[in-house]
Amino acid sequence: MSVIATPARQRTGVSARTVNRIVIYGLLALFALFYLMPLFVMLVTSFKTMEEIQNGNMLTLPQAPTFEPWAKAWGETCVGLTCAGIKGYFWNSIKMVVPAVLISTLLGALNGYVLTKWRFRGHTLVFGLMLFACFIPFQSVLLPMATILGSLGRFGVTLRNATGLSFGLGNPTVNLVFVHVVYGLGFTTLFFRNYYEAFPTELIKAAQVDGASFFQIFRRIMLPNSMPIFVVTVIYQFTNIWNDFLFASAYAGTGDAMPMTVALNNVVNTSTGVVEYNVNMAAAMIAALPTLLVYVVAGRYFVRGLMAGAVKG
Amino acid sequence: MSTVAETNIKPTPERGARPGASMRSRLQDALPKIVLAPSFAITVVFVYGFILWTVYLSFTNSKTFPSYAITGSRAYQRLWRWTFESDPPSSWYTSITNMGIFGFLYIFICLALGLFLAILLDQKIRGEGMLRPIYLYPMALSFIVTGVAWKWFLDPGLGLEQTLHQWGWTSFHFDWIKNKDFVIYTVVIAGVWQASGFIMAMFLAGLRGIDGEIMKAAQIDGATTFQLYRRIVIPLLRPVFLSAFIVLAHLAIKSYDLVVALTSGGPGGSAWLPSNFMYEYTFKRNEMAVGSASAVIMLMTITAIIVPYLYSELREKPR
Repeated sequence: MSVIATPARQRTGVSARTVNRIVIYGLLALFALFYLMPLFVMLVTSFKTMEEIQNGNMLTLPQAPTFEPWAKAWGETCVGLTCAGIKGYFWNSIKMVVPAVLISTLLGALNGYVLTKWRFRGHTLVFGLMLFACFIPFQSVLLPMATILGSLGRFGVTLRNATGLSFGLGNPTVNLVFVHVVYGLGFTTLFFRNYYEAFPTELIKAAQVDGASFFQIFRRIMLPNSMPIFVVTVIYQFTNIWNDFLFASAYAGTGDAMPMTVALNNVVNTSTGVVEYNVNMAAAMIAALPTLLVYVVAGRYFVRGLMAGAVKG
Repeated sequence: MSTVAETNIKPTPERGARPGASMRSRLQDALPKIVLAPSFAITVVFVYGFILWTVYLSFTNSKTFPSYAITGSRAYQRLWRWTFESDPPSSWYTSITNMGIFGFLYIFICLALGLFLAILLDQKIRGEGMLRPIYLYPMALSFIVTGVAWKWFLDPGLGLEQTLHQWGWTSFHFDWIKNKDFVIYTVVIAGVWQASGFIMAMFLAGLRGIDGEIMKAAQIDGATTFQLYRRIVIPLLRPVFLSAFIVLAHLAIKSYDLVVALTSGGPGGSAWLPSNFMYEYTFKRNEMAVGSASAVIMLMTITAIIVPYLYSELREKPR
């Protein structure tokens, strides 16, 4: 009896397992479609002609792929009243992102170093205050910052009239770099603090006994061992700053200094003339490419950064 | 007793003997604080100082330009009155109702979907390395790009509805993005699309951190897979739930760009969140005091969620 029963049960067990696996893989594939769909539609639309978009189906591949929408988005499409494409705004974003990321990362590294290896009374409070700054809704500082940047801009004009140089005061790109450094410090400090927390303090003590100074220890011991967290922080800051819209639209919302996100929003929401969906999609793809590229190349670090930003302490 | 006195006295004559060296060493001692000081000062001024400034403005009657004469809590009184003005709904009523709907659905669906996908992916899936990045990539996109993509996808004339019509399902109707009562749900869809993959990654990391022995022991005791997850795994994931909740809650309250890019505010401002309300009232409707008051309310909401969390996180690990 038992001899017969056992294989039978085993057989149903196997088939139930197979069904189970099929359901699991089916669900996973379905969700993969859900996540990929918008990107797919955006991509195929950006290679279609307007005629094909109006008559065709959004899910079909382009019949006669054309790069024209991309060329038009890059060099010809209208942002507001200027019709010179989004290329200028793309460079605006680069000019803003690179210094903002470098400065905030370096300051974060120094802060993290001090907050873990050179502790003083009240270091937790200092860190807590900086950390909370990561979470504030930026609406609560938007207006004072606008006022200050406005006065600095006026001061810059006075300065230029007097000396011929404005020292970057009133330049929207410089303003945005400053704003992103200020409001990015909390995150970069958090990343480095948590990383250096696990770094053996004995090494620092030994170096101190040997007479190494504060900066020597930082340069010779901490920095060479900080590569992974530098990558994480740079990627996190790059993605955040590149993708920012609120500060960009508040402090450089009009004119030639607009960053990419604001320009894209203007391109898409222009109400004049025929809406060129293919050009819009190409522009969106161009805006998305830098961060997507970073994600593809260094996804592991990207996820680690997000996690570090999520799991505090 | 004498030993204590000796060690106490000893440094003093040394310092007195070599004033140059003591200056240097004192500078060395202060150096860490000097290095940290600029960042801390920046934070104090540009975060906390500015918050106070915004609070101050909310008690003035600033319109287009800031005015610095305190005129009382009129801005808050107006917001309070608008809170109950539901027919026709005031912009503030719409904004906070939307915040409730969006906040709840966004957080709930992201948590549920994230956990579900993480559990599925944790079943020793072949191709996990390929699927994970697919679920997660939306997090790398800007809300503006997400908004543009979904705006196209949900447009009744071009997107999903049109496609299904062409496939023969002509009665299919989906125009939420143009409907003032439903537009906020399209923001939920796009928001969930963007963040749920990341929440999945958080849960997956949590699942991978669970001790395999506990699972094995439960299986030997005859627990079904469902019981295993409900009784053992999910309770063990509590810290992940908390972190994910914090992340989602503050993302939800800060959401601004997505509404702008996806709906341009919706028909008659019907997709506004408090962040959009603040921006519009401050910069477009010249009601700076009201805008500031709404910003203060947003800040207080986030503070109520974040401060207890940060407090416990920073306190838990005394070293």
